[in-house]
Amino acid sequence: MLDARSEGYVTADGRQIGGVLMEMKNITLRFGGVVAIKDISFDIREGEIRAIIGPNGAGKSSMLNVISGFYHPQEGEVWYKGQRRPRMRPYQVAQQGIARTFQNIALFEGMSVLDNIMTGRLNHMRSGFLSQALWWGPAAREEAENREKVEKVIDFLEIQHIRKTPVRRLPYGLKKRVELARALAAEPSILLLDEPMAGMNVEEKEDMSRFILDVNDEFGTTIALIEHDMGVVMDLSDRVVVMDYGQKIGDGTPEEVRNNEEVIKAYLGVAHD
Amino acid sequence: MIYREAGDFKTSYAADNQTFPLRGDRLAYYLAVIFALGVVPFFINDYWANAIVIPFLIYTIAALGLNILIGYCGQLSLGTGAFMATGAYAAFKLTTAFPSLNIIFVIILAGVVTAGVGVAFGLPSLRIKGFYLAVATLAAQFFLIWLYTRTPWFFNYSPTGMISMPTRELFGYPVTGASATAVSGYLLCAVFLIASAWLARNLTRGTLGRQWMAIRDMDIAAEIIGVNPLRAKLSAFAVSSFLVGISGALFFTVYLGAAEAGESFGIDKSFLVLFMVIIGGLGSILGSFLGAFLLVVGPVLLKILLVNNLGWPTDVAAHLEIMIIGALIILFLVMEPHGLTALWRTIKEKLRLWPFPH
Repeated sequence: MLDARSEGYVTADGRQIGGVLMEMKNITLRFGGVVAIKDISFDIREGEIRAIIGPNGAGKSSMLNVISGFYHPQEGEVWYKGQRRPRMRPYQVAQQGIARTFQNIALFEGMSVLDNIMTGRLNHMRSGFLSQALWWGPAAREEAENREKVEKVIDFLEIQHIRKTPVRRLPYGLKKRVELARALAAEPSILLLDEPMAGMNVEEKEDMSRFILDVNDEFGTTIALIEHDMGVVMDLSDRVVVMDYGQKIGDGTPEEVRNNEEVIKAYLGVAHD
Repeated sequence: MIYREAGDFKTSYAADNQTFPLRGDRLAYYLAVIFALGVVPFFINDYWANAIVIPFLIYTIAALGLNILIGYCGQLSLGTGAFMATGAYAAFKLTTAFPSLNIIFVIILAGVVTAGVGVAFGLPSLRIKGFYLAVATLAAQFFLIWLYTRTPWFFNYSPTGMISMPTRELFGYPVTGASATAVSGYLLCAVFLIASAWLARNLTRGTLGRQWMAIRDMDIAAEIIGVNPLRAKLSAFAVSSFLVGISGALFFTVYLGAAEAGESFGIDKSFLVLFMVIIGGLGSILGSFLGAFLLVVGPVLLKILLVNNLGWPTDVAAHLEIMIIGALIILFLVMEPHGLTALWRTIKEKLRLWPFPH
């Protein structure tokens, strides 16, 4: 159904998906003798929700870490916005417009919710050292402008009431939401979500799903996510990559993946040969 | 009831972001500044200035500096004494080399020199963390003190090995040297403290301060959302050393008048300022004031109480004083690990409702 060279496609619910935004080409990642990712290629297209699924230890999180520049693959290339990405430090990747959340929440516990989300805006803040030290001109103006953007995110994710609460006092579900807010505040081109629904109850999962769909819908943000809850993945995503033991065993729409022999085998636990 | 937020509305983000969002706090702050600059100078005498007020002001600047490094950026340092010495020796070298240079610029430039030295010794922080970094800064402490006591160039080849501050005037009044009065020294230190606190507050409330705190709370996550760890850590070392350098320069020029690196700026200074920061409250501007206040004024008050009021012999009082202060430190840390600032925060919470229970 999908031609690799095509300029996009239309999803089942009628959304127009654009061209290739990010492409992973033959990525191989090794830790010493352990091969975490073995020769995997796939692409992420503009405006789509792309899921990476697989059993535990399949290499999904490693894949996300490769995308966010935390791991550097031994082989293969990462292409982003039509250019090959050189080896970069994670903060440089962030400056290119890739934001992420973490499986085990990585918020700044000592800071307030507002400060956490404001930190997400740092790549949009340019005022110099002196201006900040004297709190004069650009620094003060920039702070107010970015605060306005942050308040929009706060409204969007419905966390107005905890704005000034220190993060360490929040319950788990809200922390997950604040982390999403911090990533969203960066106005990323690609938003990477590492198990956004891990450890949530049904209601919280529903909320989170709604937020993910709304983010994609309202801001047109491209989203790549890892998730264990199959029902959620199949409902949310436009295309799915399935990994098992570091290899790609399936790639396509949720329908295609669901009917894929290899995928069924991996999930039903048929013995590997 | 006394301390209330209700009814204090904000209509802009700038107003919501200000340092003292509550009208009462703002008023108290203005009153404190007016009191410090407009009232105290008329009443201060030599004893009060030299025993309590000037050391308090100078140590507060040092505590502010160290708080930026440890409390805001999470980089442990035991080199404070050596950085104060750097400020002192830089001020000495500058003012003897350029006698006509205004003392204010001498002190600021001494801060700049210390910032440079601080960045150099902050470089290991890019690789090592926590206690290991503390040990690396300990090396700075011993190396720098050794350098300043062994290299005659630093003390202008004086036979005693000490540096001594010549008389310098500001607006026609001597502020340093033998003829300086308590008032002029006090005013110089007070102005520097107010400026330092203002600078520290501005830097910690903006995007640079958030980068420091992000590094402190979780450095890996900070890097992944776009904080350049090199720039964040080294800027914290620079700003911190700048303030510590200024405090060292003031300590030498205004307070001591004559100093020797090993004696005046030893490892005990590093620990003293570290205690101030921890007891006052890590990551808090107010905490730096409270911590310095407790550790500078506490011993003096105890001495007045024991010797003057109870009539105990001086040597007994001196030993008891150390024991009591030590016990107080432990007591504070057990009861309130987040320092005096947290205590103040609790009091504010209580005052919000007082005298009603709910």
